[in-house]
Amino acid sequence: MAPNKDVIAQQFIEAIPHAKEMGMSFVSIDRGRVEMRMPYDERFVGDPKTGVIHGGAVSTLLDTTCGAAVMSHPKAPGGTATIDLRIDYMRAATPGQAIRTRAHCYRITKSVAFVRAEALDDDEDLPVATASGAFTVEGGFK
Amino acid sequence: MSKRRRPEPMQVVKQRRDAALNALVHGVPYIKFLGIEFDRRGDELTAVLPFQDKLIGNPMLPALHGGVTAAFLEVTAIIGLSWAYLWDDIESGKLDAEQLVAGALPRLPKTIDFTVDYLRSGLPRDAYARAQINRSGRRYASVHVEAWQDNRHRNYAQATGHFLMPPTDG
Repeated sequence: MAPNKDVIAQQFIEAIPHAKEMGMSFVSIDRGRVEMRMPYDERFVGDPKTGVIHGGAVSTLLDTTCGAAVMSHPKAPGGTATIDLRIDYMRAATPGQAIRTRAHCYRITKSVAFVRAEALDDDEDLPVATASGAFTVEGGFK
Repeated sequence: MSKRRRPEPMQVVKQRRDAALNALVHGVPYIKFLGIEFDRRGDELTAVLPFQDKLIGNPMLPALHGGVTAAFLEVTAIIGLSWAYLWDDIESGKLDAEQLVAGALPRLPKTIDFTVDYLRSGLPRDAYARAQINRSGRRYASVHVEAWQDNRHRNYAQATGHFLMPPTDG
């Protein structure tokens, strides 16, 4: 039986030094659909007056979740790298709350994977940010 | 005709500019977390991201995390935009560097959207970036950022973002 892409993708992402440093973890991973989480951390604050997390920290979680979505897609032969990523910021994340991201790799060809994602805090009805990106489709793992 | 005022001593000018820049950059925890510093020549800023193992996103290559690159470019854009926006007040002394150092940070521009182009993989070494403000109005600004590593003419990433400017008082 072919190895489960979900397991491989999760193991690969969990081994990323920067993802570990930021305390990212998986909520769920299922064939191109991934949900991740990052706890609130004062080291990630972008505005010391309000305690709001920096957009860059949200971008990093979104980028990681998108990468995981590509790698867990049943048609993905292996790794991936970001070609481009656009992020729209709808509002400031509420200080003290964890950020959760959901990404969906909705189309994959031999060379490119297309992904959409959103970032949420405790208020699920109003996303903090949305993202869409194109990713490379790399060869299989040895 | 009024007599031209004698220019301030260079050290006084430099000290005020550097104090304002330091306050702007070091007041933000996330900038400290990534280890980003800014190199200033007159009003020109170059952001520097010194390499650290914790910034790695692909341990097999190894390569910088794409998110770190995005964050580095966004920080460069926001600081560049704030710097340009505060420059006149820093020069005139209207903005007190002492107050900035004490934590009275001015309100910063907010990111509306940010699009990053990954041109090459980020090598495990220092990265540099500069922002260019293409349009800066009262409410909105458009900023382009380029980042490179060893060779200034081989960008490893670039980005364009739109920002909402802080409301001006008065």
